[in-house]
Amino acid sequence: MEKKISPAMIRNFSIIAHIDHGKSTLADRILEFTGAITEREKQEQFLDNMDLERERGITIKLQSVRLRYQAKDGQVYLLNLIDTPGHVDFSYEVSRSLQACEGALLVVDAAQGVEAQTLANFYLAWENELEILPVINKIDLPNAEPERVRKEIEDIIGWDASEAVLASAKAGIGMEDILEQIVKHIPPPSGKVEDPLRALIFDSLYDPYKGVIIYMRVVDGTLRKGMKIELMATGKVYEVTEIGVLTPHPVAVSELSVGEVGFVVANIKNVKDSRVGDTITDADRPAQEPLPGYRPITPMVFCGIYPVDSSQYEDLREALEKLELNDASLSYEPETSTALGFGFRCGFLGLLHMEIIQERIEREFQIPLITTAPSVIYHVYQTDGSKIEIENPTLMPAQQKIERVEEPYIKATMMAPNEYVGSIMEICQNKRGQYVDMEYMEGNRVNLIYRLPLAEIVYDFFDQLKSSTKGYASFDYELIGYQPSDLVKMDILLNGEVVDAFSFIVHRDRAYHRGKKLAAKLRKLIPRQMFEVPIQAVIGNKVVARETIRAMRKNVLAKCYGGDITRKRKLLEKQKEGKKRMKSVGSVEVPQEAFMAILQMDDE
Amino acid sequence: MQPNAVYIHIPFCSHKCYYCDFTAYVVDGQPVEQYLTALEQEMKMWVEEVPPTAIQSVFIGGGTPTILSIEQMKRLLAMVDRYFPIHASCEWTVEANPETTSEELLHVMKEEGVNRLSFGAQTFHLDLLQQIGRIHGVQEIIDSIAIARKVGFSNLSLDLMFGLPNQRVIDLEETIQQAASLNPDHFSCYSLKVEEGTRFHYLEQQGKLPLPNEEAELEMYQLARKLLPQHGYQQYEISNFAREGMESIHNSTYWRNQTFYGLGAGAHGYINHQRYANQKVIREYIKVIEQRKRPIVSRWDVDKREMMENFMIMGLRLMEGVSRADFQMRYHLEMDQVFGEELERLKKQGLLMNEEDRVRLTEQGILFGNEVFAAFLS
Repeated sequence: MEKKISPAMIRNFSIIAHIDHGKSTLADRILEFTGAITEREKQEQFLDNMDLERERGITIKLQSVRLRYQAKDGQVYLLNLIDTPGHVDFSYEVSRSLQACEGALLVVDAAQGVEAQTLANFYLAWENELEILPVINKIDLPNAEPERVRKEIEDIIGWDASEAVLASAKAGIGMEDILEQIVKHIPPPSGKVEDPLRALIFDSLYDPYKGVIIYMRVVDGTLRKGMKIELMATGKVYEVTEIGVLTPHPVAVSELSVGEVGFVVANIKNVKDSRVGDTITDADRPAQEPLPGYRPITPMVFCGIYPVDSSQYEDLREALEKLELNDASLSYEPETSTALGFGFRCGFLGLLHMEIIQERIEREFQIPLITTAPSVIYHVYQTDGSKIEIENPTLMPAQQKIERVEEPYIKATMMAPNEYVGSIMEICQNKRGQYVDMEYMEGNRVNLIYRLPLAEIVYDFFDQLKSSTKGYASFDYELIGYQPSDLVKMDILLNGEVVDAFSFIVHRDRAYHRGKKLAAKLRKLIPRQMFEVPIQAVIGNKVVARETIRAMRKNVLAKCYGGDITRKRKLLEKQKEGKKRMKSVGSVEVPQEAFMAILQMDDE
Repeated sequence: MQPNAVYIHIPFCSHKCYYCDFTAYVVDGQPVEQYLTALEQEMKMWVEEVPPTAIQSVFIGGGTPTILSIEQMKRLLAMVDRYFPIHASCEWTVEANPETTSEELLHVMKEEGVNRLSFGAQTFHLDLLQQIGRIHGVQEIIDSIAIARKVGFSNLSLDLMFGLPNQRVIDLEETIQQAASLNPDHFSCYSLKVEEGTRFHYLEQQGKLPLPNEEAELEMYQLARKLLPQHGYQQYEISNFAREGMESIHNSTYWRNQTFYGLGAGAHGYINHQRYANQKVIREYIKVIEQRKRPIVSRWDVDKREMMENFMIMGLRLMEGVSRADFQMRYHLEMDQVFGEELERLKKQGLLMNEEDRVRLTEQGILFGNEVFAAFLS
């Protein structure tokens, strides 16, 4: 059992970086250096534990580790490293986990220099008033230019980098300097031990044996085993059955006090009851105020998810149930499509979140999926005075019944070096953006603010922004409410029949262009059938685009192969295999990719 | 049931055609004599294991069987006769390439019991023949058929190909007219399929194979289906046409999913619910047999489901289609019980039709045979 730790000896920090700048490797080296993991356990990138995360280089789930470090001053410090996810879809989670820290290591690649997410993450940390310690990583690379990068940090970010540690996480260079800086520069936690308990939830995950495990940081007071706690946002009360810290192996403790980071198990059945950003307090002596900054997570992007093989519907439901246990921001409900059969309408934080969930279902549960184009929630005011909210384009009422439609708008904040202002503005104009403000900042940077329809962002906004600014632009957004728009529902007819899974809602001004483009794209994606297939894009009864898939003329094996029937069977099997990846819509065989076609249309 | 058909593969050619992916090796330096010895040993092993009934068809294919010397041919035919009880009405076919059919050789073949020749004519345009790597000319086709007739062969078949690089629809029309004027009893009319590993495949990858487009290729097929019947050849299978009563007995073995001995390098066989494939490499084939072992590289049991599938896939290639009674007799199940759903769907799609007891391809079904066949695979 550990002795009571004085908050003065605690340092809570996280590591922030652009993708691939070596965040995870640095975390591993710090763990190794402080003896948290032994040589034997050394597994590349200890903190990221999902395959998918490692492949994409993105951290999705946060974890924290408690480290003991004997500093040069002879004292033993307790360091808590809190990992953060790395994508704008999860910026709320990032900001909560940063809020659990007093400082952050800003890792910058010695060759790549400052990049988009370096900036975005820096600003998140800065807003949370963290002490930011620059680390120039990968200095052992042949093309490393640490001095240029040091200057870049000062010029572009406007942050003093004179003391930036020159490091190579891979080669283990600079680890001690980093730890010394953490101890010296990051302030200790400042909460009050005697105050009622307030602990910040920065993550939670579902464990099949223990129920929900909450990861939190104690801000004020003390959390004890056996205590009755209240989660302030939901008002629910639970009894703490286990408290512990990760070293990174879980170690049970009897209490956690001011500044300490650890986990709590309290018989909570659902991650949705333990929301990130919520405050844990003592049910018998509750705090007056929760910690600031909590915001309930609401899905912003919706799409239909269907099994390619309709017999896997129940498997899909189970997969979603399992994923939901661990993902408070995923929502789903059953829906039916005439084209795709039974499936689910799912809600996500954003596009990346959507892609990750799709990939996990396909990979971990091995259910091939067809997903429909993403949609947002539209508010439809009908002529009879009623208002409906629709998140599925097929539910859009007939035009004559609609008084007006409102769509969600976001306030987008984009920051970039000023040579990219033109391109960013162009993208925003193309996406129906309304200019709000522009601010020139130190270090040759510009901060641009636009109001944009969320529906435009869920397509390829982020990719476009990245590519036209060479990755330098940062992007953050918040929902600011609904505005009326001249929106219409566009339907796609294949062989004269509406395919509901292809319907989408679009601004009238771009309807013609989108319809034409989509029809052309579908013509390329849908293989020829035994008969001619007309593709029509229509608004109401008006056809705005028409394409034709020419009929396949002949498909028959001529040769006999001298009695070698296996060869013939193999060829036929290949043909049949190809068909399995298609969905029959009416009499037309449509491949999976066609349903995603709407997603991949740029608006040029 | 014991097989009553024999296929023998002679994997030698004077030259490899550009589209060919059969087991065929240029004959120079090949151990032909040893090969024949091995073949004889293989026959012996088979008939000892599975004694044959009266043989209704023998097909000697290749390669180019007629590349054998007169002595070698004599030896080959004699051994077939020794090991297999040839029925009096047996159809005995040898594949022949026009440049290899000397009167003497054909005479020997006739003497030994061969009664049907299948000529690889392919096309009657010299430039097209050259472009597909054939080494005979048009005149040689005409001459070799004349020789065959002179020697006394009356049952002749000609192989024609369409969809050849640079071939025009009119070229095929001329070919068919000329071929029909030679008055054979049977035609096999195949569309070119570019197979992996062939010279054509390589050229295609390089973008240097000017194949006719799909429209033209379809037009050629439809032309053959129109012209050949006008000359008295009825289409009885997707790629085969014959005068009445002259349909190939041997190929019907395959189409009716019946058993047959397959002998020689690269040959496939179907005996006692088992299909097998022989070693393709000639020297390996010989070596294994010299060690008194079977030259089989793979062998597998065909279960009932697969048999029924094959019955449909192969049988539907025939214009007459498949018989429900036949199916019931062979598998003791109703065809509609096993494939009812597929049959119904294909009928709805207009690819199959019922004709009394039989199911057969429709006009559309003939063009989209693969859609039909693939449907029966589980």
